[in-house]
Order: sequence, then structure tokens, then C-alpha cells
Amino acid sequence: MNTYTIDLSLRPTTFDLWHVCLAGTAALLALILIVVLVSVLLGMRRCKSAAPAVVAPAPAPQPEVKIVEKIVEVEKIVQAPAPEPVVLKEATPDAALQLLSLLQKEARFIDFIKEDVSAFSDAEIGAAARVVHQGCSKAVSEHFTLAPVSKDPEGNRVTLNKGFDAASFRLTGNIVGEAPFTGTLVHKGWQVTDLRLPKLTEGHNAKIVAPAEVEL
Amino acid sequence: MTARYSVGIDLGTTHCVLSYVDLEAGDDQVVLDVLAIPQLTGPGTIEDKAQLPSFTYLAHPAEIAEGATALPWTGNPEYLVGEIARNLGGKTPIRLVSSAKSWLCHAGVDCKQAILPVEAPEDVTKISPFAASKAYLQHLRDAWNHRFPEHALQDQDVTITVPASFDPAARELTVEAARAVGLGQAVLLEEPQAALYSWIENSEGDWRNHVQIGDVILVADIGGGTTDLSLIAVTEQDGNLQLTRVAVGDHILLGGDNMDLALAYTVKAKLEQDSGKRLESWQLQALTHACREAKEKLFNQPELSSMPLVVASRGSSLIGGTFRTELTRDELNRVLVEGFLPWVPVEERPVVRPRSGLRTAGLPYAQDAGITRHLAAFLSRQKEATGELPDHVLPEHASFLHPTAVLFNGGVLKAGLMAERLMQILNNWLEAEQAAPARLLQGADLDLAVARGAAYYGFVRKGKGVRIKGGTAAAYYVGIESSMPAVPGLPAEIEALCIAPFGMEEGSEQELPNDEFGLIIGEPVRFRFFGSKTRRDDAVGVRLEYWQDDELEELEEIEITLPEEGRHAGDIVPVHLSVAVTEVGTLELKAVSKRDQQRWKIEFDVRAGDA
Repeated sequence: MNTYTIDLSLRPTTFDLWHVCLAGTAALLALILIVVLVSVLLGMRRCKSAAPAVVAPAPAPQPEVKIVEKIVEVEKIVQAPAPEPVVLKEATPDAALQLLSLLQKEARFIDFIKEDVSAFSDAEIGAAARVVHQGCSKAVSEHFTLAPVSKDPEGNRVTLNKGFDAASFRLTGNIVGEAPFTGTLVHKGWQVTDLRLPKLTEGHNAKIVAPAEVEL
Repeated sequence: MTARYSVGIDLGTTHCVLSYVDLEAGDDQVVLDVLAIPQLTGPGTIEDKAQLPSFTYLAHPAEIAEGATALPWTGNPEYLVGEIARNLGGKTPIRLVSSAKSWLCHAGVDCKQAILPVEAPEDVTKISPFAASKAYLQHLRDAWNHRFPEHALQDQDVTITVPASFDPAARELTVEAARAVGLGQAVLLEEPQAALYSWIENSEGDWRNHVQIGDVILVADIGGGTTDLSLIAVTEQDGNLQLTRVAVGDHILLGGDNMDLALAYTVKAKLEQDSGKRLESWQLQALTHACREAKEKLFNQPELSSMPLVVASRGSSLIGGTFRTELTRDELNRVLVEGFLPWVPVEERPVVRPRSGLRTAGLPYAQDAGITRHLAAFLSRQKEATGELPDHVLPEHASFLHPTAVLFNGGVLKAGLMAERLMQILNNWLEAEQAAPARLLQGADLDLAVARGAAYYGFVRKGKGVRIKGGTAAAYYVGIESSMPAVPGLPAEIEALCIAPFGMEEGSEQELPNDEFGLIIGEPVRFRFFGSKTRRDDAVGVRLEYWQDDELEELEEIEITLPEEGRHAGDIVPVHLSVAVTEVGTLELKAVSKRDQQRWKIEFDVRAGDA
């Protein structure tokens, strides 16, 4: 039997097989340690980034609202188009559809113009025209404030000074010479001074100007 | 946080209006505004309108596209209220809740039970009158908060108007509805008073020149669904003019809507006779609308002798299916003026037919459409109303109280013809008793006055204007079985014990001096409850053994249940009753234990009917 003594002052002088195995094992353990440490670190980082996603409250449900589209376009009623438009504005279809829908709802406007009037007597058409007139008047006065462009009574002589708004006043007839122009007021003109079109919810299909009605 | 605005809410039977005053606008300068209330007018469309129709529509889930009921402040409101409800409900009445307010004052109905719409079939989820009122208040609150995000309505001075004829339970329910939507600070104001406040505000300080001491102002408020009458006396204190509300009328369910319906039925009868065809219900409804418009035209344009009425077909063929008739001035006069404002002597009383035994569950609409008869009854009944005021002496022979001035309110009286007729009849009565004719107070805005007056009231409450005194408009009594041996076949005699006197002021409290009741713990105890609008002299504690039928009006029973906290069920606790009128304007009944001064609230709203 071998007896082993411990002497710490001794130093190996030969790099033998034992030492090769020893060094190899140390290197292997160090490698494993490094791998474990790295994977732990990575894991922790991932946890950190995942954790808030779990804890944070779901984004507060935005009130699915705010829906309302503003319709800006005004239907021009009497005003003449500017002579040389540089940029052409595209009318938003929704406003036009909305107006159509209002006129149909209040005045049965589309029903009236879609119907063939030739088969009916004037009295019958007259009765229906009352519905249309009353309703149109209600729809228009509810949603538009109208005012005449010119305050003068029709038929009066009016004078337009230099620099008058050619969009508001249209000259006709014998247009010669320079301003001021004096002529007869044939039509007082109309302008919308205030507009109150309904706002629409986001999903609203404005193209349905009147839904089909089914009575149960 | 101090309130920036004083807000008045007219929670009407057919319309709600919200008006407001900026309290920081400057020195006593009153600038009143009316809130434009965003509301759905149809699926998917939202408009701003000054009035919110008091209707709720209980839509079928398949009826409306998803997202089409969004409002600026919520994607999915709980109930559809306002214009959309009225529009949809016009074609589907089984899902329409209307006149919720009148139900609040309807005896025999539990207002927190889901009973509306009455005619709804089983698979419509009904709602209670209370929930409907709450929904209108909630819509108004949200509309306000949307418009003024930095001045939430919950933090403003809010005044809600109620009919002067609302009983304590209906007032309590209104306050509770306000509390449920966060408006716990809201106070109540009677509508006719609000109308008078609006007139005072409108006169810009000049009102003192239009009334004098000794005047009695009759406020006649004929709205869409109800008629409300009040008397306000002008008195003097320390050299200043004072206003005291001395009497209020009964809750009369009669108004402009009845008039339109009456016209429509008249025209319908004429049409059916001429054509031999029966009108369908949608045609009658269209006819009612047409009649309303024709009525307004005829009233506003005296030179017209008739107005054509046209009812269009429902299909897309407009010309073919339309029928035409007309409303003549004669018919208008006969139906509205003679029918609703008949020329009657002041002795005449409204006709009351006994209700048929099989009464359908509905509102107790006035049986007599003659508003002048109701007015005559009111003025005669309130003959003594000014009896205790030194400057108001009625002549010996007077058979009714003589008003000296009249203030109108409500849409019906916008029609000059109706207003004139009412004045003529009143002045005719006065003339017959050699009294000076009453004068009409001018300058009232009949549609918005109540909301405007309510907003102004917030201003007045800050001490910046004359305040109408009034207190409770009735004396209140509980019924007590008198202690006498039981007689078989006869119900026990009842005595009425006065617990609150007439004209008890807001913020005051009174206790019953001697009477004691033994209440059983854990068991509900009910009292019969009475009100009187004419007995002005009964003090607290007075026991009435005998009274005339029209003096005391039985209200719904009141109920108290003592909780078992720390006591044994079945024990009897001696209590006495205490009555307070809160600052808000509601009546509060409490039972106070004699032993340890513990207090329990007594509930009004126990309207379970006979069930």
C-alpha cells in the first residue's frame, strides 16, 4: 500500500497524464460555469422584458367615440364660381349624401322626384307637393341659416363700387365700362350664414339615404 | 371647489332643457345661456338641440347597427334617449318610454319597478320610471361635462325643477335620481316659481314697477303633458316687496299633446265619414303631426281660414298614396278653444266619472279636458289662501280667490288666441264679483322660462335677488286608528295626526310634542299618509277626528322598519316622529327613539300598490 504525504512545498516537475486530465477537467468546468452564467443572465433579461407586459394593465379602452366627422363643404347656392379657380376643391361626398338623406327624411324628396308625375292630376301632385314643400322648408331652416346677399329690395337700382365681391354679385346684361356699376337688382341672392349639419358616427353609411322599412 | 356656474335643469314631461348662468361673469350681471344638447336624432346621426325630448327607446339588439348609437362621450349609451327615441318610438310604440315623470307622481305604482312601457310585450326588457328619469339626467350631465370638461356638473350649483303639485315621494325620487348620477348637491324648485323667477330676471330689475303690494299672481303653466297652477302673493316686509307662494294646484295630466290628439281625432272622424275607410294607426300619428303644424299656422296667422293637412303614404310612391284633407278655423275653435277652454261660470267643477272597475294600468289622465273648469275649482278651493296676509283682503261676497295678475308659461299659451281666451274668462269671473280685471305679466319666454328661472334661482340663493318664500305647499298627516272598541263590519275610525304644518320652510325641523308610537323591531310598520293643500292652520300634533272629503288627500302609505342592530326582534320601541324640510326641498320623516335618541328614516316610496 502506498502512503501519501502532504507537502505543500513540492512542485510538480513533470507534466504527466494526471495533470493533463486535471487541466482538462478544470477547463471543462470553467466552460460549463460560463455557459450557465450566460444563460441565466439572458434568461433574467428576457424575464424582465416579459414581466411588464404581464403586469401592465391593458391600455385603457379608448371610448370608441369621437366618431364625428365634421363636414366643411358648404353648398353654394347663388354665389357664382370664382372666374379662374386655381385649385379645384373636391366636395366631400358625405355632406351631399347627408343633405339628400335629410331632404328624403323630412320631405320625401327622392320619392317625389323619382315618381312619374305624368299619370297624376295636378290636384294629386299638389297635395304631395305640400309634403315636399313643408318638409324641405323644415329641413333647410333647421340646418341652414339663410340670408339674402343684397339687403336692397328686388327691382331697386343698386350701385356696385370698385372692388365689389364678384362672387357675391353677378353682373349680367350690358357689362361695359368701369366700376362703379349701377343696375337693377334682379335677384337678391342667398347666402348661408350658419350651417348645422348632423355629425355622423364613424361606421355610418351615408350612402343609405333612406333605409328600406320592414314592419313586423 | 366653488361652483363656477349655476345650472337649471327643467326635467319636463315631454322635454328637458338645461340653462346656466356664469357666476363669475361680473357684478350682478346675469347672462343666461341654454345648453345645446348633443343627441342622436337617428341611428348614426348626432345633432345639437336646445331641448332633449324626455323619451327613452328600448331598442331590439338587431334593430340598430353596431356603433350607430355612439355619442360624443360614450361609444355605447345604456339607453337611447332624446330625439332618436321619439323618432324610433313613433313607429314602434311598444318600445317607447314616455311621460316617466308623470309616473313618479302616480300613486299605487312602485316607481323603482321596471314597468315601462306599460304596453310592451314580454320580451322587451322594461325599465322603471325612476331609471328613465335617471337616464335623462345622466344624458344632460354627460352633455354638460363634454361641453365644460374643466367644470364638471357635479361641482356646479344645480337646481332641478319639479311640478308644484309633486308629492313628497315624487320629490324624493327626483332627488334620488339626481344623486344616482352624481348630482347630490342639486336642489329642487317648483316650476311655476321658476317661471316667475325667469320673468323677474327678464325684467332686469323693472319687475317692482309691474307688481304692487296686495297683488296675487296666478301662474298658469300649460305644458305638453301637464297643467300646473300656483298662486303667489306680493307682500311687504321692512319696506321691501316680498313674494310668497300661497297655494298650488293638483297634478293635472292635461296639456298640449291632448290638444293635438283631439284635433287629429276630429279630422279622422271627418275623413272616415267622407271616404268610408278606416285610418291605420300610423296614419293617425302622421295626422297628429300634421295637425300640430296646422294648429300653429292657424294660431299665428289669423287671416287663414283653413290649413290643408296631407298624410303621405309610407311606401316610396308619394303622389299616389297621399291623401289630403284640411283643418278649418271653425274646427280649431270648436275643438281647442271651446273644448279645452270652455266658457263656464266659476261655480262649475271638472266632471269626475267614477273609474271603471277594470282599470288598465295607465296614467290617471284628467277626465275633464276643460282647463277653465280645473282653474275655477282651484281658485274656489284656495279662497282662503291669502287669508292671513294683511294686505290681501277678499271682498265678503267673493266665491273664489281673486288673482290680480297672471303669468303664463308652457307652449300651449304661446298661441295668442288661447292666452286671450283664458284671460277673458278669468276677467269675466272677476267682473261678476265686481273685482278689477287681472292683468297679464308680459315678457315671458314660454318654452325656456322654467330652465332659465331655475338657473337664475342659483343666483338668488346666493342672496343676489328676491327670493320667493313658500315652504311646503301642503300640511301632512299620518293616520292613526283611534282607540275604541271594534265594531264588527265597520273599519276602525281613523284620526289624522298633523306632523308637518302648511308652509314649513326649507331647512327647518319640527318634532311631535307628545304622541308616542310603539314600533316593533324588525317588522315593517306602515302608516297611512295624508296631505292637505287647504288646511293652513293645523299645527304639529293636532289630531283631526273629522274632515271633509276634499280637504285631505290620501297619499301613498309610508313605511318604517327598525333594524335589529343591538336589539331583539319583536321588541317594542317607543318613538316619536320628527319632520324636517331639507334644504334640497324634500320632506324627511324620522322616528326618534325616546330612550336613546336614535333616529331612523321613514321611507316614502313604498308604492307597491295592493300587492
